[in-house]
Order: sequence, then C-alpha cells, then structure tokens
Amino acid sequence: MTATDAIDWHGDIFDVLLEEQIDVVAHVPDAGHGPLIQRCEAHNSIETITLTTEEEGVGIISGAWAGGRKGVLLMQSSGVGNCINAIALPSICRIPFLTIISMRGEWGEFVPWQVPMGLGTPKVLEAMDVRLFRADRQDEVGATVSAAARLAFNTRQSAAVLLSQRMIGAKQFVEG
Amino acid sequence: MLHRRPLVAKVLADRPDDLLVVSGLGSSTWDVSSVGNHASNFCFIGAMGQAAPFALGLALAQTGKRILLITGDGELLMSLGVLATIANKAPGNLGLMVLDNQSYVETGNQPTATAGATNLPAVAAACGIAKTREFSKESEIDELSNFVRTETGPVFANVKIVAESLPLAFPYSFDGVTAMDRFRANAID
Repeated sequence: MTATDAIDWHGDIFDVLLEEQIDVVAHVPDAGHGPLIQRCEAHNSIETITLTTEEEGVGIISGAWAGGRKGVLLMQSSGVGNCINAIALPSICRIPFLTIISMRGEWGEFVPWQVPMGLGTPKVLEAMDVRLFRADRQDEVGATVSAAARLAFNTRQSAAVLLSQRMIGAKQFVEG
Repeated sequence: MLHRRPLVAKVLADRPDDLLVVSGLGSSTWDVSSVGNHASNFCFIGAMGQAAPFALGLALAQTGKRILLITGDGELLMSLGVLATIANKAPGNLGLMVLDNQSYVETGNQPTATAGATNLPAVAAACGIAKTREFSKESEIDELSNFVRTETGPVFANVKIVAESLPLAFPYSFDGVTAMDRFRANAID
C-alpha cells in the first residue's frame, strides 16, 4: 500500500451523494468506480441501475429528476462519446445532469484504443455545454464532486467530474 | 392493422390523473398531442432513443403513478439495450407501447428492421420482460388499453399499425424548459 491509498476517495464521493440526497446511481460497470458502486449497491435507499450503454443513463437520471429524484451517471471516459446526442435532453430541458467520469487514455495508459476518447472527453462535453470539474489528487475528490453536484442541482445545468487517471492509478496488464 | 391516431385516442381516453405519458420522437409525439396537451404528457421532439430510458427513470421515481411510454419502432430500435435494463429493474408501474408501422415515416418511409427479420415483442421477451403481447385488431383496443395502463409491469405491447403520414399535431411547447417544468410540477404533485 502506498501513502496515497490511505485516502478513501470513493467513500468521499459516497458521502457527497448522501449529503446531496442523490439516490439514483446509473452506471456501466467500471473498475475505477468499482468500490463506489459496491457501496451504493449495499445502501438501502440508493437505487443502482446497471446500464447496457452509457447514454441510457442520461435518459434515466433525467426521467428520475422529472419524477423528483436526483441521480448521477458513473462512467468511464470511453462512454462519454456514447452520450452526446442524449445530452440534448438535459441541455434543452435544463435538467440537472451530473456525471462522474473515470479517465482513461491520459496517464500511463496501456491500451491505445482508450486514447482517442480520453483526449476527446473534455472537448465533447464542453461542446455539449457540460461544465467540467477535475480531480487530480485523492484529497480533492470529495470537494470537487460536491462542487459539481451543487452547481448541477442548484443551477439546473450539466456538470461532469473528471477523475484523473493518474489519481485513480493506471491499469497495468501483465504481458505473457 | 390499426390507424395510429384513433388508436392512441382510445388508449388515452378517460385517463386517470395519476397516469404519466411519455412519447417518443416523432410521430408518437404528434399522436399523443393530437389527443390534447395534457399536463401529464412529456413529449420528446429530439434525443432519439431516450424516451424509454426517461420513462424508466420516471417509473423508478414516481412509484405510485402509472407511467405509459408511447413510442415508435424506429425510436425504440435506437436503444434496444434499454429493454434489458427495464427487465432487470422490473418497475411494476411501467407500460411500454410501441406503434410499429415498420417504417421511418417521418423521413420518407424507409423500412425499419421490423419490416424485415426483427420481431420486437420477441426481443422484449428475450430481454426478460415477462409480459409481452402483439395487437393488430380494432376489437383488441380495450384489451390493449387495459394491458398498458393497468397490468403489473413492466409490460410490452407491440401494436401493428398502418404506415401513414398524418398532419403534425404540436405538443404543449417546443421549448424544453416550458414543457419540462409543467410536466414535472404535475408529476411530483
């Protein structure tokens, strides 16, 4: 265990979800978000939804907000591209759309196919009028997610938190 | 085969206050709007493929109300994976009704996959939606209405309709915020 592992940043995100009463958690399974998804699944009042593709999450949390609940979409940067036209829905209806994205393709990436969408993620989100927040250190994750959530729900805008790959720890594969 | 406008009017006749209707881009939105701009309608005019996910999120949030999705074969075909998501969440208050004319009427009658080999109720059933039915006769409309409005969900009704291009009937507002705010205030109430 390294020194930085001492910070339970997944737990910090979980605490923000509870604080902000965000209880609909849509996700495509992802190693970066894994411990957070497990904690959400174990919590009675949180509805977790496993998606077949990320753009479903845009519609689901938009529908949940229309019905009075607050949601978040957890995904990897590779899923962002799948969501683009769907984001027209929260954009044009001013539905608070909050997403937390684990970045790939930016720091010590092993898989070349992850690089294009890693590079494209901030650009396409900004192109769709999504406000960007970024956490590069484990000790700033909680505050960053909290800031994004408050902006999204208080001002009815779309907000994305990018969790840097350096902070999460690049996935490494054993060759052989 | 059925004609979409009178069919939708009959399904929505005498609707209770706790029925929330979501319609998909694009003919389904004109159909639902032609019946009247009810405050409990949310009508998509874009974001094709998002009507069913939106209806699912709404069903999970408003568990005490019935959610009825009315959409077309082309709109649903864009997001078939959501049928698996719906089947696994299994909201008891969600009815899905697909107006299947086997063509993209809005863009010039190009055939959809259902004109060929694809069978939507079979897809829904294979995704795990236990109650799936197909309707195509005038005499079945009351049964269809009961099925999508009252049967414990999720239920999936595929309705074979005539491919016809009809005059547009506009929803309450083309402005998303205006439409959403009226719908939401009514949905949460």
